[in-house]
Amino acid sequence: MPKITYIEHNGSAHAIEVPIGKSVMQGAVDNNVPGIDADCGGECACATCHVYIDAAWLDRIGLPVPGSQEASMLSFAAVTQPDSRLSCQIHVTDAHDGLIVRMPEGQH
Amino acid sequence: MVQDSRQIVIAGAGHAGGSAAAMLRQLGWQGAIVLIGEEPILPYQRPPLSKAWLKGEATAESLALRPPAFYSDAAIGLRLDTRVTCIDRPAKAVLLPNGEAVSYDYLILALGARARRLSLPGADLGGVLELRTAVDADRLKAVLRPGARLAVVGGGYIGLEAAASARALGAEVVIIERESRVLARVACPILSDFFQAFHRRQGVTIEVAAQVAALEGLDGRITGVRLGDGRVVPCDAALIGVGAVANEELARDAGLTCANGIAVDLSARTDDPAIFAIGDCTSRPLPLYGRIGRLESVPNALEQAKQAAASICGKPAPAPEVPWFWSDQYDLRLQIAGMPFDTTEIAVRGDISTGTFALFHLTADGTVQAVEAVNAAPEFMGGRRIVQRRKRLTRVQIEDVSISMHELAA
Repeated sequence: MPKITYIEHNGSAHAIEVPIGKSVMQGAVDNNVPGIDADCGGECACATCHVYIDAAWLDRIGLPVPGSQEASMLSFAAVTQPDSRLSCQIHVTDAHDGLIVRMPEGQH
Repeated sequence: MVQDSRQIVIAGAGHAGGSAAAMLRQLGWQGAIVLIGEEPILPYQRPPLSKAWLKGEATAESLALRPPAFYSDAAIGLRLDTRVTCIDRPAKAVLLPNGEAVSYDYLILALGARARRLSLPGADLGGVLELRTAVDADRLKAVLRPGARLAVVGGGYIGLEAAASARALGAEVVIIERESRVLARVACPILSDFFQAFHRRQGVTIEVAAQVAALEGLDGRITGVRLGDGRVVPCDAALIGVGAVANEELARDAGLTCANGIAVDLSARTDDPAIFAIGDCTSRPLPLYGRIGRLESVPNALEQAKQAAASICGKPAPAPEVPWFWSDQYDLRLQIAGMPFDTTEIAVRGDISTGTFALFHLTADGTVQAVEAVNAAPEFMGGRRIVQRRKRLTRVQIEDVSISMHELAA
């Protein structure tokens, strides 16, 4: 199973094996990783599963499609950066083994 | 993991109760946690029940709040398929139907709300349905076949979402609403008109200002809804979606203050310092508006779960959030930020006829109290920020789409 490392804003790291097909958000929620709220449960309606993609992974993960729901939501999320994504919109594949994501200071 | 001899009992294993258990562990609670739920299954998400679940696009696994292993890994004791019958405050214990007493150091009441029932002839016929639980949703799903006739009594969110899902499954739908418009209690007339017209274009029949006189049946099964004017809407099933009632009886019987919900403060604490209450069952402060209110929404359940967990774990209280809601119907996504208290003016941003627009609700001094956004994520997100900051804007500014949402929200 691909292993994803979630790093909280305070630096605590959580290495989690996430089944293929689940979202990066679901991997965090299933394992009770603090820092991802996921209020809407993965509907891309709330922008509370915001993460920063590790620089080494940004090319492979990519940025949200301009004009998409995710891009719109993110552009108004708390503390957005150029490497921001909504983790509910990233679905885990074999190619994601080793992915590192960091959490913002807050989701609200 | 359990090194602390104290025990938290959570009564109610819905979205609020299940989330509170998880947040307590996130915040470092080391004592025991016992989660008591009436339904026989693990805590799950209710919003998809009227949407993806009905349409067969969700699985029990995707509905679950967290996987089964989470509860054992996090040492959360599950007592499902049972309920609390009584709170013994002097003994700090709750009683179960089998007479067992479960003691608590802290008790979190996450009792939810129940569907309001109609006291009408025929209300107990087979095929008269409500939609709160997975079992309810399965009953509804079983009748939604192509050509099946569904009567929806009540044009609120549950009714409209179920109608949209039913249409997607090929069923015929008639919505029967007592008020002069759908969403009468929860949205402004402009939004009601928009949703009404949209549903009609999707083939839904909507009867407004219509009283239900009786539910008619044959051999114990519903055959139609008789209206106040004598007409009968024939149907194979009727979904009753006429609001919900807070499950506050346990708290009231225990002497806790209740008024349309269990009264709590911004720590989700009741007037007993050892007892918290969260989610649909509470009457809570709305600090942004200087009022008290009862909210039925997932974001509210999660916010109060956080408040209770933070208070119990001695962490700083989380900053108050802007209440928000969402509803998906057909390819429409409605997102609402804030609540339109004391508003005198509505600014319309975007063209309603395109199906992408937002309604900003302003007080007399231009404070934006609420934003209702249809397929308009920037307006929802920017609007949420504007509401949070109590920003004042004019109708002219808001309606000028040459001013970006980023500028308006800045």
